Amino acid sequence: MDDALSTEAEMVHARPGRLREFWFYFRENRGAVIGLWIFAAFAFLALFGPWIAPHDATAQFRADTLVPPFWQEGGSWKYILGTDPLGRDMLSRLIVGARYSFFVGVVVVSIAASGGILIGLIAGFAPQWLDSIIMRIMDIILAFPSLLLALVLVAILGPSLTNAMIAIAIVLQPHYVRLTRASVLSEKQKDYVTSARVVGAGYLRLMFITVLPNCLAPIIVQGALSFSTAILDAAALGFLGMGAQPPTPEWGTMLAEAREFILRAWWVVTFPGIAILVTVLAINLMGDGLRDALDPKLKRS
Amino acid sequence: MSDAPVMQATGLQRHYNVGGGLFQKSRVLKAVAGLDFEVHAGKTLAVVGESGCGKSTLARMVAMIETPTEGSLTLDGKPVRAEDWADLRQSVQIVFQDPYGSLNPRQRIGTILMEPLMINTKLSRADREAKAREMLKLVGLRPEHFDRYPHMFSGGQRQRIAIARALMLDPKVLVLDEPVSALDLSIQSAILNLLLDLQERLQLAYLFISHDLSVVRHVADDVIVMYLGRAVEKGPKAEVFDAPRHPYTKALLSATPRAEPGAEKERIKLKGELPSPLSIPDGCPFAPRCWKVQPKCRAELPRLRGQPHGAACFFPENGTYPE
Repeated sequence: MDDALSTEAEMVHARPGRLREFWFYFRENRGAVIGLWIFAAFAFLALFGPWIAPHDATAQFRADTLVPPFWQEGGSWKYILGTDPLGRDMLSRLIVGARYSFFVGVVVVSIAASGGILIGLIAGFAPQWLDSIIMRIMDIILAFPSLLLALVLVAILGPSLTNAMIAIAIVLQPHYVRLTRASVLSEKQKDYVTSARVVGAGYLRLMFITVLPNCLAPIIVQGALSFSTAILDAAALGFLGMGAQPPTPEWGTMLAEAREFILRAWWVVTFPGIAILVTVLAINLMGDGLRDALDPKLKRS
Repeated sequence: MSDAPVMQATGLQRHYNVGGGLFQKSRVLKAVAGLDFEVHAGKTLAVVGESGCGKSTLARMVAMIETPTEGSLTLDGKPVRAEDWADLRQSVQIVFQDPYGSLNPRQRIGTILMEPLMINTKLSRADREAKAREMLKLVGLRPEHFDRYPHMFSGGQRQRIAIARALMLDPKVLVLDEPVSALDLSIQSAILNLLLDLQERLQLAYLFISHDLSVVRHVADDVIVMYLGRAVEKGPKAEVFDAPRHPYTKALLSATPRAEPGAEKERIKLKGELPSPLSIPDGCPFAPRCWKVQPKCRAELPRLRGQPHGAACFFPENGTYPE
């Protein structure tokens, strides 16, 4: 028996740690790495924006309204990306605005994910009738156009950034529920769950300690992807006047305020638009990379 | 060792309702259709049969994962009912076939081993860890394996871990659901020897489920041969292997390779397919495939007769059907 044991031991080859393995696969996707860097810069701006910005984001320089960016005639290095109709520095507003978008993303994803995971776990473990009820409710939420539903919710709750975040979180939640339930149902079949049951694990233990950690990979990916959806929806709500209220330098609200100057001063709409585009694109790229790195089916051994 | 069985089953049955759509009546699948057996401390009862004969359902009933539809199960003379499962869980543990699916990939080996103690006992963390490390040693793993994750182990080592986890609660009965079928031949014997060794040391009763007759020959004390949810033959290992009574047993035995080059070999080839468990023919379920079938076999269901070695056949080999 000892001989057999030693041969067995030799057959085990050292495998790299989970994190290193993840990084190995993530690195292969160049777009994802670029996305990660942009996201890191975005997070940095969100944290330290007010200290980096050259001017106060809400200070109005009445003498310098609608100053073009520095490379255009009439532009100056004082306002690198120009000023808006009230004479506020565009660059400072964009930098400080990153904070709101980031905040929206973090809050919306945490509310939607925690609620969605909880409901999804319950649906996965519940008897069939409860499962059906939960899933049909989620189907109803999914059947509405998401922005429209968010608009209705904000109209009921009253326009503010907080209410917009709540509305977006509710709209995004069903995706988490479906995803969690699907992984729970497939994990539940496995023998390790049965053996935990034979050992006497209760439902709560089975749900949160045995099954949930094994369902997290697709949920993390969904979290990254809905981070960008949340930013986009918050900007859209802001543009429609239902999100952050002026003078908050939120990107969507900035777009809405500058609408009437599109023809006269292109920079007032272009830069907030580019900021939204670049951030969302970077996060989506990163999310795709995460999916590739976490999905075992796409791994080569 | 006392003679009273640790576990006793009488008329154990498990039915499933299958189908039952909008326009279809659901049909009853009898996965296990009446089974009696006894498991004694320190002894191994092996259950053999081809796939789909209800072996695994039996294992799941004994391990208290599924409730029997009918029949009773007793543990140490006390009836096993769904209400008492929580209390009786500790006495019956199970080892699964697939060592890759039976360990939680996100838990360290130490956590896997300590979890049963955490749920069922009030031991302190240090005590739990000490017990887990002791068990690791008992199943032939090294102390440094304690902090590793399951994916770092080979199939044989994983199966050792699964056995260790099953033994953490000092069970009386261990259900082994094809514990070596997924392993390499060389490692099979190591695991089997470990199991025999543990049985001797801890006086465990094994319910050993397998389709591999050579493995059963190695470990079993008593054997039950199952066919479509029923026991067709039951008896001490030596008698079943040397003088099989049921034609099905004889066919199974003739299909296993022997390690005796000179031995005369007469391979019995069964005709036909295993009937669908949804439409088991009247009479003897084996009748459509039997080579010595008589009109009586198609009309009447033979009962398992004879102690200690019995067969459910009207025209048994090596004996007669007692009327």
